[in-house]
Amino acid sequence: MSEFTTADVERIANLARLTLTDEEKILFARQLDSILQYARQVCDLDTSGVAATSHVLDRRPADRPDEVRPSLTEAQALANAPEPAPAEGLFKVPRVLGG
Amino acid sequence: MNELTAREIREGVATGSLSASEVCRACLEQIDRIDPRLHAFLTVDREGALARAAQIDARAPTQERLPLLGVPIAVKDNICTRGLRTTAGSRILEAFDPPYDATVVARLRDAGAIVLGKTNCDEFAMGSSTENSAYGASRNPWAPDRIPGGSSGGSAVAVASRAAPIALGSDTGGSVRQPAALCGVVGMKPSYGRVSRYGLVAFASSLDQIGPFGRTVFDAALLLGVIAGHDPADSTSAQRPVPDFTAGLTGDIRGLRVGVVRSMLEDGVDEEVARSVLDAIDVLRARGAAIVDVPLPHARFAIPVYYLIATAEASSNLARYDGVRYGFRAPATDNADLRTMYERTRAQGFGAEVKRRIMLGTYVLSAGYYEAYYLKAQQVRTLIRQDYDAAFEHADVIVTPTSPTAAFKLGERVHDPLQMYLADVFTVGVPLAGLPALSLPCGFTRDGLPIGLQLVGRMWDEEAILRAGDAYERDTTWWSRKPEVV
Repeated sequence: MSEFTTADVERIANLARLTLTDEEKILFARQLDSILQYARQVCDLDTSGVAATSHVLDRRPADRPDEVRPSLTEAQALANAPEPAPAEGLFKVPRVLGG
Repeated sequence: MNELTAREIREGVATGSLSASEVCRACLEQIDRIDPRLHAFLTVDREGALARAAQIDARAPTQERLPLLGVPIAVKDNICTRGLRTTAGSRILEAFDPPYDATVVARLRDAGAIVLGKTNCDEFAMGSSTENSAYGASRNPWAPDRIPGGSSGGSAVAVASRAAPIALGSDTGGSVRQPAALCGVVGMKPSYGRVSRYGLVAFASSLDQIGPFGRTVFDAALLLGVIAGHDPADSTSAQRPVPDFTAGLTGDIRGLRVGVVRSMLEDGVDEEVARSVLDAIDVLRARGAAIVDVPLPHARFAIPVYYLIATAEASSNLARYDGVRYGFRAPATDNADLRTMYERTRAQGFGAEVKRRIMLGTYVLSAGYYEAYYLKAQQVRTLIRQDYDAAFEHADVIVTPTSPTAAFKLGERVHDPLQMYLADVFTVGVPLAGLPALSLPCGFTRDGLPIGLQLVGRMWDEEAILRAGDAYERDTTWWSRKPEVV
């Protein structure tokens, strides 16, 4: 039985902001299905009353004073941008609103 | 010259019997010799390395206390180096020049080390073979038709092929230990929080740790001492004192309790691997260690738990690659809106395995599946940790194989992701529990492929596994073997 269909793949790809080819959709449906079938063995374990581990730190991360320190200049921050607008100090992006 | 360890290079440069420049040139020449066949490096910083070496030679007498004075090092390409291209093995970071050094790189420079270049790895450290690198796979120096392991495969190859005495990798589910094992060198994952992750390209933030490679346990300990310690820029780095990790390497392991997990020497383990590990246990016993059996009853759930948690974290971490602030952006079409730009950028910039993991992670975090998969995996993660806690009441270190098999052939598992994941069966449990672990050479197969021994320690007790590994190394010669291609 297949749990992971190409419709699931499309739904998840949409959430993950990925466009997939039809071939990728079919391949991923099959591969993710087999990985999930394998992973499902944990679902059968009785974990009632077991706390979840989200990290292994033995204490909460330390706070530090909120103070201004040397950091990247505007030029450095823009240097790796695919479409910088250095004069304006901005990252350019395609149209977001309207048509 | 290329046979020198980091310890010997440092000593030679500090006393003036070696120049940092000649050592550096020897490494660069070795890179020229081996890299066309092995593809360990993505970027070689020839000028930068030689300039730094000349600088050290000019000032050597005043810097003689520096722990890595004049020692060349290779750095995995998911660790940021200022002004030196850092791709993480991904097309999406093809042209990325970091504006800052990772904390570990800054510490290397302060310690007198010389960065030779950046090593190949699976894209975003996701893989066990380097075959997921967007820039082509690295090859195993012991058998160039086989994988070197991954994801830090390039670093392991660089050290095994004598192109660098030491290297840095990162380990999320075994990405330092497994390639170290398959290439016949020493590799270590420190305790979670021991080493700053600032400047490490994030994969799974609750698991990622940067770790050292060397040809000897001493060199790995030396390098760990340089990169370890609290960093205000990484809130998960621990505020704990950093011991001198080389100080405890006395060869004395009398009374050390070594735990053996019998099930990890039976099910699905190659017979030659199991025999080498049993022989290694005998060597430790002969040195005065007490051998005890310990169970890890939930160990068989480590792979599914790891792949549910690591992909969930990855799907979140990799959301930052949106084609806006840095990295690749899909070529614009006239009417593309922002959302189309995101989707095309990510579709064209990421490779297949990264997409697969983002998809899996997004799925297990999505409404209706979160409790069944992600939360459940986090609960089983607790059970895995508790197993280790119980085992460490009876043992000081735990011994397992690093990998169930020696290096497999290129292409053999690349079309079956699940088979690839199974290569990590003995390594993924350790980071789930945050523990330190060391892999070191413990034999060769009949075909001449290296076999690795894994020593797992208590949280923060890197010293015990380093001491045990060093003691083992004193009684064996596996570590000194050299691949023919070199």
